[in-house]
Amino acid sequence: MKKLLTGNEALARGAWEAGVHFASAYPGTPSTEILENMTTYKEVYSEWAPNEKVALEAAIGASFAGGRSMASMKHVGLNVAADPLFTFVYQGVNGGCVVITADEPGQHSSQNEQDNRNYAIAAKMPMVEPSTSQEAKDFMMEAFDISEKFDIPVLMRMTTRACHSKGIVECGDRKEVPIKEYHKDVTKYITVPAMAKKMRIKLEDKLAKLLEYSETTPMNRIEDNGKKVGVVCSGMCYCFAKEVFGDTVNYLKLGFTNPLPEKMMKKFCTGLEKVYVIEENDPILEHALQRLGFNDIICGKNTFPKYDELTSDVIRKCVTGKVLDSIDYDHKDIVNRPPALCAGCPHRGFFYELGKRKNVMVSGDIGCYTLAFSAPYNAMDSNTCMGASFSSGHGAAKIFEKAGSPMRVVSVLGDSTFFHSGMTSLAECIYNNSKTVSVILDNRITGMTGHQQNPGSGKLADGKTDAIMLDIEQICRALGAKNIRTIDPNNLKLVKETLDWALSLDEPSVIITKYPCVLKKFTEDDKAKFPEAYKTKDVVDKAKCIGCKMCLKSGCPALFLNREDKKAEVDPLQCVGCGVCEQICPKDAIGKETK
Amino acid sequence: METKSVLLVGVGGQGTILASKLLTLGLMEEGYDVKMSEIHGMSQRGGSVSSQVRFGDKVWSPVIEKGSADLIVSFEKMEALRWLEYLKPDGKVVVNNHEMMPMPVIMGDAEYAADIIDQIKKVCKDVTVVNATEEAMKLGNGKTQNIVLLGTLIKAMNLGDINWENIIKANVKPNFVDDNLKAVKVGMSLV
Repeated sequence: MKKLLTGNEALARGAWEAGVHFASAYPGTPSTEILENMTTYKEVYSEWAPNEKVALEAAIGASFAGGRSMASMKHVGLNVAADPLFTFVYQGVNGGCVVITADEPGQHSSQNEQDNRNYAIAAKMPMVEPSTSQEAKDFMMEAFDISEKFDIPVLMRMTTRACHSKGIVECGDRKEVPIKEYHKDVTKYITVPAMAKKMRIKLEDKLAKLLEYSETTPMNRIEDNGKKVGVVCSGMCYCFAKEVFGDTVNYLKLGFTNPLPEKMMKKFCTGLEKVYVIEENDPILEHALQRLGFNDIICGKNTFPKYDELTSDVIRKCVTGKVLDSIDYDHKDIVNRPPALCAGCPHRGFFYELGKRKNVMVSGDIGCYTLAFSAPYNAMDSNTCMGASFSSGHGAAKIFEKAGSPMRVVSVLGDSTFFHSGMTSLAECIYNNSKTVSVILDNRITGMTGHQQNPGSGKLADGKTDAIMLDIEQICRALGAKNIRTIDPNNLKLVKETLDWALSLDEPSVIITKYPCVLKKFTEDDKAKFPEAYKTKDVVDKAKCIGCKMCLKSGCPALFLNREDKKAEVDPLQCVGCGVCEQICPKDAIGKETK
Repeated sequence: METKSVLLVGVGGQGTILASKLLTLGLMEEGYDVKMSEIHGMSQRGGSVSSQVRFGDKVWSPVIEKGSADLIVSFEKMEALRWLEYLKPDGKVVVNNHEMMPMPVIMGDAEYAADIIDQIKKVCKDVTVVNATEEAMKLGNGKTQNIVLLGTLIKAMNLGDINWENIIKANVKPNFVDDNLKAVKVGMSLV
C-alpha cells in the first residue's frame, strides 16, 4: 500500500510496523509529529513526557522491561536527554530502543544549529540517517533490529527537510514482536563504577562489530556511474546533490553513519580525481576522509558553507559559481512579514503592559511569547533555552542588587516550559531568595509546537483521555512561593496593578496569567471556566475614531489603518473579540459588534 | 516527464498546507512521483509561509530553487511579489487579490504599496488575478479561500482530469466537504 508521508509520519509508521510498544517524547519542531502520529496507532503506548530527559528515561525503562521503545526530540532536546543517553549506551537494551534527534540546519524554528551527529560519536552509539520518507520508514525498522542484535540503543538522525518533506512510501503491516522476558541482571543495568568499567570495555567490542556491520549493510552503498568525480553524502544532502549532479558523478550514499564504513570510503575514493563532501553543518564525513588520506582530492568546507542547509541552489552555486536564471525585479516595496502573536493571543495584554516598564530586564524563554521581544512590545531582553528564564533572571537580579542598580527582573515562561524545566528554576529563585518576578503564562496547552497536551492541560497525549491536571499555583506554593497572584491577562488594568504589586516586593513573587490559547480546541474544563472566550468581534466606531493609532500599539494583526479615511479598522476574519484594543482606545471608539 | 514545481505561498494561517496536501494526494493518485516540503509550526502564524510541491517521473529534492517554479499560487498580494524570484522566467503566477497587512505596516513603519499587481505584471507575462477571498465569503465560508485557489491551480496546471472530488471527500473533515467541493469548482471557473 502506497501512502504520501512526511519523514515524521514515516518514522512513526516504521516504528509501528516494527512492533514498537512504547513511545515517549517532548514536542519540539521539527520532531513533534513523530509522537503525534504514534498516538494514532492503538497497539502502541504513546505519551508526552514533561521534558526530553524524562522521555528518554521512560523509554530506557520500557526497554529494560523488554518492550521495543523509542524517544523522539528536537536537536536541543537531546542536550536535555544527554545525561541518561551516555550511560544507557553502556547498559544496552533488552527490547530494542531508538532515540530520534531532529536537527535544524538553517534554524527554521530553533535557537541554535548544533549538529547532533556529534552525539553519536561522543556517546559511542550507532547512527542512521535516512534521505527520504521511504528510507525513514525502512531505516526505523532496521534500527530496532540493530538495537537488539548489538545490544545498544540507536540514534536516528533526521533534519528539518527530512522530517517535514513528503514522499511516497510503500507501507506494510505491523509485525507483532513479543515483549521480551525481564531478567534481573545487576552487571548489565547497575552502573556503579565496578560494573560500568566492565561495560565500557564491552562497548568497544560492540563498536568493533558495528564497524563490520557498517561495511556490509545496504544502508551504505556506492553508486558507480563510471565517472572521475564523486560525491560523499548522507541524509537529505543526497537528494539535494542528486538534483544538481544527476548521473554525472559517482555517489557514496551513507545511511549508517556511526561507525563509518572506512573500507568502503577508501574503495570509493581510490581512483577519483575529485570528491565533493556534501554535509550540512560540521565536517564529520570530511574529517573521516582526511584521516583516510584523501585530503588532496576532497572538496568539503573549503567549498560549501559550514552553516545553513545545503539545498540544490547552494550546491550549484558553490560548485559551478552559477544559479538558475530568475526574474529580475524591484524588491523595494516588499515589506518584511515576521510571525506575530495571533489576533486574540492571551499573551498580548500582558506584554503590552510589561513593555511600558522602565528599568526592567525581561528574562525570556522558549515559546510563542518569545515574539514579545519585537515591536511593538520590545518586552524581552534575552532567551537561552527551555526553563532558563527564571534561573538566568535570578542570576541577573543578584548582580543588579550587588551593583546597586535600580534594574529589576521579570522572568517569563509558558505552562509547558514550566513543567519542562521551569519548576527547578523556580526552586532556585525561591530557595535563594531572589527579588525576581517569575511569570507563568499559562495558556493551558503547548502552543508553539501546535497544541500538544502537557501535565497542566488535563488530557493525555491522544487529546481525549482525561488526565490529572497539575495545578500550577499549588506547585508554586509547594515550592515555597508566598506571593502568588493568578490573573486574566486580557484585563489590562489588572495586569498593570499586579505588576506594580510584584515590583513593590523585596522578595520572590509569582504571577500566573491564565487564559486558553486562541487556537486551542477547548476542553469541557476550558468551556466551563472561560465560557465567553473568543465568541465576539470588535468593531471601530468611525465617528469616534480620531486616527491616533494608539490601538495599533497592541500589535494585533487584526487591526489596521484604513488607507482612505486614515482611521482604525478591524479585520472581521481575524478578530475574536479579546477586547485588548477596546481598553487601549482613548476615545472609546472600539466596541463589540452587535448582530 | 520533466519534474514540475508549484509553489504555494501566503501568510501563516491562510490554509496553504491543506491546499498543498490535497494537491499532492491528487498527483500521487495520478501516478506521479511527488515530493512536498514546507516549513511549519504555530510560530509561523502571521509570517510569510510556503509549501513547495514537485512532481514528475522521479523527483529528487523536495525544495524548489530560485528560478525553477513553473507556477506560483499566492494567497496574498505582497507574498506573490516576495516569492517571484522563485519563478522560472517564463512561469505562471496566480495571485489572490487580497491584502494582509504585515506588522511593520500596522505599526506605521512601512507602507503597503497600492500597485503590487502592476509590479508583478510588469516583469511577468502570465499573471492571473483572482478574488478568492471574496468568492469564498460569497460561498459563506471565508476560510475556504485556500480551496478556491486550489481550484484555480488545478486549472492553471491542466490537472482537471484528476478526480478531485474523491480526494476532497477522503481528506477533509465531513462538515467541510460540501463547502470545499463548491470552493474548488468556483476556483476552477476563475481562470
